[in-house]
Amino acid sequence: MNDWSRALSVDRAEAQPGSGATFSGNRGLQIEEKLIFDEDGPGRCGVDLPEPPPFKARLGGIERHGPIGLPGLSEPQVIRHFTRLSQKNYAIDSGLYPLGSCTMKHNPRLSEKLARLPGLADIHPLQPLSTVPGALELIDKLAHWLKILTGMPAVALSPGAGAHGELCGMMTIRTALEARGDPRRRVLVPESAHGTNPATAAACGYAVDSIPANARGRVDGKALEAKLGPDVAALMLTNPNTCGLFEDEIVEIAAAVHRAGAFFYCDGANFNAIVGRVRPADLGIDCMHLNLHKTFSTPHGGGGPGSGPVMLAAGLAPYAPLPWLVHGANGLELVEHRAGPAEAAIGRLKGFHGQIGMFVRALAYMMSHGADGLRQVAEDAVLNANYLRVLLEGELSLPFPGPCMHEVLFDDRFLQDTGVTTLDFAKALIDEGYHPMTMYFPLIVHGAMLIEPTETESKATLDEFAAVVKSLADAAHAGDPARFRAAPMLVPRRRLDETAAARKPVLRWRPEPANREAAEAD
Amino acid sequence: MRYLPLTEADRGAMLKAIGVASIDALFAEVPAEARLDGLLDLPRVAGEIEVERAIGHMASRNLAAGAAPFFVGGGAYRHHVPAAVDHLIQRGEFLTSYTPYQPEISQGTLQYLFEFQTQVALLTGMEVANASMYDGATACAEAVMMANRVTGRKKAMLSGGLHPHYREVCATYARFVGFELTAQDPAPGADEDLVPLIDGETSCVVVQNPDFWGELHDWSALAEACHDQGALLVVAVTEIVSLGAVKPPGEMGADIVAAEGQSIGNALNFGGPYLGLFASRDRFIRQMPGRLVGQTVDAEGRRGWVLTLSTREQHIRRERATSNICTNSGLCALAFTIHLALLGEAGLVRLARLNHTAAVRLAERLELVPGVRLVNRRFFNEFTVRLPAPAAPVVEALAKKRVLAGIPASRLYPHRPELADLLLVAATETVTGDDIDRFEEGLREVLS
Repeated sequence: MNDWSRALSVDRAEAQPGSGATFSGNRGLQIEEKLIFDEDGPGRCGVDLPEPPPFKARLGGIERHGPIGLPGLSEPQVIRHFTRLSQKNYAIDSGLYPLGSCTMKHNPRLSEKLARLPGLADIHPLQPLSTVPGALELIDKLAHWLKILTGMPAVALSPGAGAHGELCGMMTIRTALEARGDPRRRVLVPESAHGTNPATAAACGYAVDSIPANARGRVDGKALEAKLGPDVAALMLTNPNTCGLFEDEIVEIAAAVHRAGAFFYCDGANFNAIVGRVRPADLGIDCMHLNLHKTFSTPHGGGGPGSGPVMLAAGLAPYAPLPWLVHGANGLELVEHRAGPAEAAIGRLKGFHGQIGMFVRALAYMMSHGADGLRQVAEDAVLNANYLRVLLEGELSLPFPGPCMHEVLFDDRFLQDTGVTTLDFAKALIDEGYHPMTMYFPLIVHGAMLIEPTETESKATLDEFAAVVKSLADAAHAGDPARFRAAPMLVPRRRLDETAAARKPVLRWRPEPANREAAEAD
Repeated sequence: MRYLPLTEADRGAMLKAIGVASIDALFAEVPAEARLDGLLDLPRVAGEIEVERAIGHMASRNLAAGAAPFFVGGGAYRHHVPAAVDHLIQRGEFLTSYTPYQPEISQGTLQYLFEFQTQVALLTGMEVANASMYDGATACAEAVMMANRVTGRKKAMLSGGLHPHYREVCATYARFVGFELTAQDPAPGADEDLVPLIDGETSCVVVQNPDFWGELHDWSALAEACHDQGALLVVAVTEIVSLGAVKPPGEMGADIVAAEGQSIGNALNFGGPYLGLFASRDRFIRQMPGRLVGQTVDAEGRRGWVLTLSTREQHIRRERATSNICTNSGLCALAFTIHLALLGEAGLVRLARLNHTAAVRLAERLELVPGVRLVNRRFFNEFTVRLPAPAAPVVEALAKKRVLAGIPASRLYPHRPELADLLLVAATETVTGDDIDRFEEGLREVLS
């Protein structure tokens, strides 16, 4: 018995009928699962490998001597362990996941199947390029779709995720500015931006200057104009923005940025709201990363892998990182070094050629939808968000009234004087069987609740969700904050002590008794 | 469209509830000049059959590693991945969940990441590991930046044995983040003497083991020399399976390990997605980049896990974060964790021995080919041979015979004629005796 799981004593289990207390510590389908390290059986192994024939080792005295300390498990133990762990997770497959700004939409399984074709999964990035023409064709096809959808002439494909794409974009901007002998030092970032934007600008060597929002949740045009100057390298703007609103002055903003000699970087995290209806190039954008795991539905996988291609205007394209895929005299060519057309490339940002496995999935998604389906994606995403807005605006408080794009932002005014916080409200949703909305982001409204339903939810799902949210709002107003503060009650874990976790970090398992001592010292 | 649940009737009813006449009204804030009225010039909606046919055709034009004798490594390795791994990572609860921001309903992800962090720490011989980076090359650049933060210095030195892609990624970051980088020339099969190059301004020395050419090193003396000067030793590992047989960086005195974890659990995927491993000493954790999962208790006192030390991260600290990384390689880390759980101590040690055996046998056979000389003195599952002719055309000629023979050094170092005859060759447990026969025979024919 794993004593960490805190099975209750017989006395206590009997004393509290209906309390959910059990002898095992399990609660029906919620099984207390040990760590793999607690299940170690020395010598046990989940793979059968042949004994190597006798040979003369050539490790030259650099052998490992001590044991590694890895546990031994059989295949059935491993399958059961990870199956049980999976059952402790909420997922888009199991229910509505309205996490604003994250775009948790259905992940087509065709994409998974195709990404596993041996001709795509079982090819090496450094095998002769003559043996992988189909892989180059696939990358070229993906680039073609992205260029048509955004209206932008070039794309850098290697970044590993959105934040990496931001870095790539800002590096090309800095290089372009330096190339024209006009290095600048400030980057303007709205207060509502994703945290990655200021982190990226800083990582790229820029000072970050914050721009306030106006009363309508958009960038304050006057404040922006005032901050623009000859030392501003770029504006980083998310559009639709993180309040779920379209920056309706974006064309004027772009013009002002360009007048100041700066570049206009767009965080394309929310491209899913406008794909097929608006081309970013037509808004005056010079550079924009796309999160393939958002708009083009490659699975989020519990936190990656992502993929962050960067769309580039003609003036930035020469600085795209290596490698480049170009149409040469003999068809598609992969340029892996600074030479020829790629002489001015900023260099390499990642090993090999990019997240090809994610390209396969994104391309399958785009081809499945087609031009018509992708436009419908944007329309249904916006329709679903606005439908939730009207269902809930009477109950929850809307900081910026009026239509939204693909996500709707509420604040916590409706909870005023109830003793219930945004966090409590979100945790209560968990007990109702929903993943909470994004909380406390963006930072420009108090107690933000950002809801993004996505286009892959049905009307009935939204109706049910809205009814539950209304009931919870009513319960909050009825004066029962205790039930909110105690939530969630019905899931694998109640609220976890994050303060303790950070104060004395336990970041790995250690063999007894070291582990026990570390825990007890908390 | 099969992925869209709304019917036309739903859409009509919803527009009515919203109080607008058409969907266009909801896009009214888009400036008129930027509104697209018609459809873009791309194909229309397609069924599974059509999409599968089109992408399947592209796949069929590639020569898959499993369809030919295969000896390509250079930082990405073809290992057998047990069937259970792919089955488990495709469970929707793993595949279709997000970063575990709500720990009460993300304990599955958090627990496996805690197990992953432990496995990585054990394998590398380090005290602590994070929840992954994009890949080995970016992990290496992040390691240099972390060493700069820890030491308060801005001068890093790279070994000539570091993977050229890692080297190039570090150079790109150095240029923009703003730190000094010196890189030694590649020296296949040699022992570099880096010690005299370290001084009181050096933040870190970055080496690789086995190095890019497959050569094994014990970096213990270098670690001491670094520490004497107040610098850190960063060890990159591009073939993590090697640690089943080779002395781990932690035992050599490494301060940070940046590794590529693709070899365990993950397919070749033409270069990505891969899995950056990042491990360090306990005392540096507050300078680490990326997500960290920590153990805690819930309101009932039960053990559980949360993302922790997030005050290092961009979503809290914004422009003062230790890194701008957000999404990393969660599902690749899961594949790694499952594969390594299946292998366990006994399995990994045997797997490493099988790899080493295959490489030794291959080396013995290639050395029999006239004019071919082994460059390495000690190696794990990859080594470098000097051919009597430029390697690139030889590799092309062998590919025509459907033998994927390795990586010509010129692919990565095109401007160094002194490396043109070098061929980097890897052999894993997937290589058969027949594969080796065909490589040796093919090489003899091509060179004759």
